[in-house]
Amino acid sequence: MINHKVIETNATLMLVLSLVVVSIGGIIEIAPLFYLENTIEKVEGMRPYTPLELVGRNIYIREGCYTCHSQMIRPFRDEVERYGHYSLAAESMYDHPFKWGSKRTGPDLARVGGRYSDEWHVQHMIAPRSLVPESIMPGYPFLARTEIREDDIALHLKANKTVGVPYTADMIKNAVSDLKAQANPDADGGEALQKRYPKTQIRDFDGNPKKITEMDALLAYLQMLRTLVDFSAYKAEDNLR
Amino acid sequence: MAAAAPMILYGLAGLAALFAAAKAHDELFAIHAWLVVLICIIAIFATARALKFGPEADDRPKEKYLDGVVRAGVVATVFWGLTGFLVGVVIAFQLSFPELNFDLPYTNFGRLRPLHTSAVIFAFGGNALICTSFYVVQRTTGARLALGNTAWFVFWGYQIFIVLAATGYLLGVTQSREYAEPEWYVDLWLTVVWVAYLAVFLGTLFNRKEPHIYVANWFYLSFIVTVAMLHIVNNLSMPVSFLGSKSYSLFSGVQDALTQWWYGHNAVGFFLTAGFLGIMYYFVPKQANRPVYSYRLSIVHFWSLIFLYIWAGPHHLHYTALPDWAQTLGMVFSIMLWMPSWGGMINGLMTLSGAWDKLRTDPIIRMMVLSLAFYGMSTFEGPVMSIKAVNSLSHYTDWTIGHVHSGTLGWVGMITFSALYFLVPRLWKQDGLYSLRLINWHFWLATLGIVLYTASMWVSGITQGLMWRAYDSLGFLEYSFAEAVAATHPMNVIRALGGVLFLLGALIMTYNLWRSARGDKRSERPMGAAMPATV
Amino acid sequence: MDYEQFRHFADSWGLVYLVVIFVLAVLFVFRPGAKDRYERYAEIPLKKDDQA
Repeated sequence: MINHKVIETNATLMLVLSLVVVSIGGIIEIAPLFYLENTIEKVEGMRPYTPLELVGRNIYIREGCYTCHSQMIRPFRDEVERYGHYSLAAESMYDHPFKWGSKRTGPDLARVGGRYSDEWHVQHMIAPRSLVPESIMPGYPFLARTEIREDDIALHLKANKTVGVPYTADMIKNAVSDLKAQANPDADGGEALQKRYPKTQIRDFDGNPKKITEMDALLAYLQMLRTLVDFSAYKAEDNLR
Repeated sequence: MAAAAPMILYGLAGLAALFAAAKAHDELFAIHAWLVVLICIIAIFATARALKFGPEADDRPKEKYLDGVVRAGVVATVFWGLTGFLVGVVIAFQLSFPELNFDLPYTNFGRLRPLHTSAVIFAFGGNALICTSFYVVQRTTGARLALGNTAWFVFWGYQIFIVLAATGYLLGVTQSREYAEPEWYVDLWLTVVWVAYLAVFLGTLFNRKEPHIYVANWFYLSFIVTVAMLHIVNNLSMPVSFLGSKSYSLFSGVQDALTQWWYGHNAVGFFLTAGFLGIMYYFVPKQANRPVYSYRLSIVHFWSLIFLYIWAGPHHLHYTALPDWAQTLGMVFSIMLWMPSWGGMINGLMTLSGAWDKLRTDPIIRMMVLSLAFYGMSTFEGPVMSIKAVNSLSHYTDWTIGHVHSGTLGWVGMITFSALYFLVPRLWKQDGLYSLRLINWHFWLATLGIVLYTASMWVSGITQGLMWRAYDSLGFLEYSFAEAVAATHPMNVIRALGGVLFLLGALIMTYNLWRSARGDKRSERPMGAAMPATV
Repeated sequence: MDYEQFRHFADSWGLVYLVVIFVLAVLFVFRPGAKDRYERYAEIPLKKDDQA
């Protein structure tokens, strides 16, 4: 007769059985996301991050911005009116890791791009309460003082390529010049950058043309959010899942 | 010269770290490499100082059980507990008074918050689990910990993991995956330590004198195995350089989100629940001196809990871009999870049936009951919050924070404190605690702290949820986001005060445990005795 | 089998299957014959050899 005693008295068997039991749920839930075609909507306009945006995104990660800001607008009337079109899976398909967030101590940022001017952002980062008296956000004045590292950006693109982001050899080869060109409207590389990464915003974000700071990079990232996907070409009814 | 081999090993590790520091791709990785060099030097000196020469070196009578590592674990649990609670209080005040961020990188909320969560979950909770599991598995199998001093490697290896993770957060080394923030090389190190932990635990089970494996050990074993699985899958990533601190996760977007919350929810399910249920199933019967209410219920409890928990992750992603079918599945299993959770709570509480009078005289039992009551409350609240309609209001708000803390401060904190009160006199071979009255103080301070915490976060969370969705008579959104921030300020202050009370209770516990370990006795009126008549 | 069919199968027969397994497991664990053994197991932590 089958007996629970067999399990209770055999440590290896119990180990294996526990592992089997706890694997089932994960496999059934996660695995289909990789092969079901309708998991990620069909949209137009998505591209990988430019080198400067990627550096900015890494600052967003480093400072733990995600602990207070989500980037995932739910399909409710109030959220769509407050923040914009609800978020699509396609919009984070190149995000390693995803940054949907879990808490809104501050507002959602999924569509913050273009909502405020660069000057507003710079001032808000340095002294949040000078613009929003009720804000409880920390100040980040050091971002405007710190220069970004430029020499290893190609390695970052390569690592992203390894995990599936479609960076081309051309993008990787020109990573350093693309990085510099985005923060300097007078540089030569602007046109080539725009060609490699459509809809790139090229300007001196932090108002300090002498150096490329972490403020430049973070603003390049924040001002890009929302701006890629063409929602006039998006049909919700084609993407039911 | 048994000490020669480890000293050579530490030396080689130190040299490798020195090389890594010299060739590091970035400054932060170099700092961590130097830290490892320092740790290796300390290890060599510590080993050299412990050297014993002469024939009597190995002549000491060997204790039946390896308890030194459990004692060290108790000290580490208390130390990291105080650290984690303190950082929690600091960030709670930062949310009330943002000037306390000091405009510096190393002190801002975004970096300190992972420090708090990791310190309480992995440093405090993890050390509690490791040391109690080492204690329990030896007592319930009648066997000494397997593999010689590997248990000590697990202990020190785990502390090194904590130090690398914590310093990383402050410096800005993070994967930004909630409760899995340490970067790839720290993850690899934890994997090594964890495999050693599994080997020690399983090896001890193999060597047991008792034919049956007691149920507490099932919970510990499934906690160890499942955490290994979750940790490895969720941390798959591609480093930018093999001597650099930055990596990019293997998965992206929606797949990455579900993988992360499959991990995140089961960090709760297996780290903070299954593991601590192992504590419950040993220490509650021991302290009450009665067998567990229903051993059969514990079997059903075990298998259904571990089967159901693993599905619940998607409830963290309701109404997001995660496909609906996965959200529904997550919701259904989260609601079902209510049953085994309450089965476990009933099993723990009913163990005291017939001994309820001990609630009056034994503050440790009282703490255990409170812990189980909070377990019951938060495992009821959880399924409710996983219902999509409720979640649409509660998600992204402080309600979630309140829910988590009723589980962690109430269930995890209280069951750990009661296990510590049980362990210290036994491990330091004293015939009792320094003071039962101080436990009573701890009990009430902590309880009051938790009540302030959860109540203020309920109010704050529901306020946020309602203000965000409020419309005025003209059909416009009634409140700006900033108005909701201002409205919840008083609740944030109350929450911080609740945290202060909880920390105060833990400080009293530390003092009590320290005096107990020394063998001191406080002269005090016994618990439950009648008040002396005041004529 | 496409996803819709699979899902329909899962929330009908799949559900029944899991419930049956659960009921069988509970009945098995609570069968009267094993009572003594489980009572003995429950005493394991209370044995007196726990002080080193």
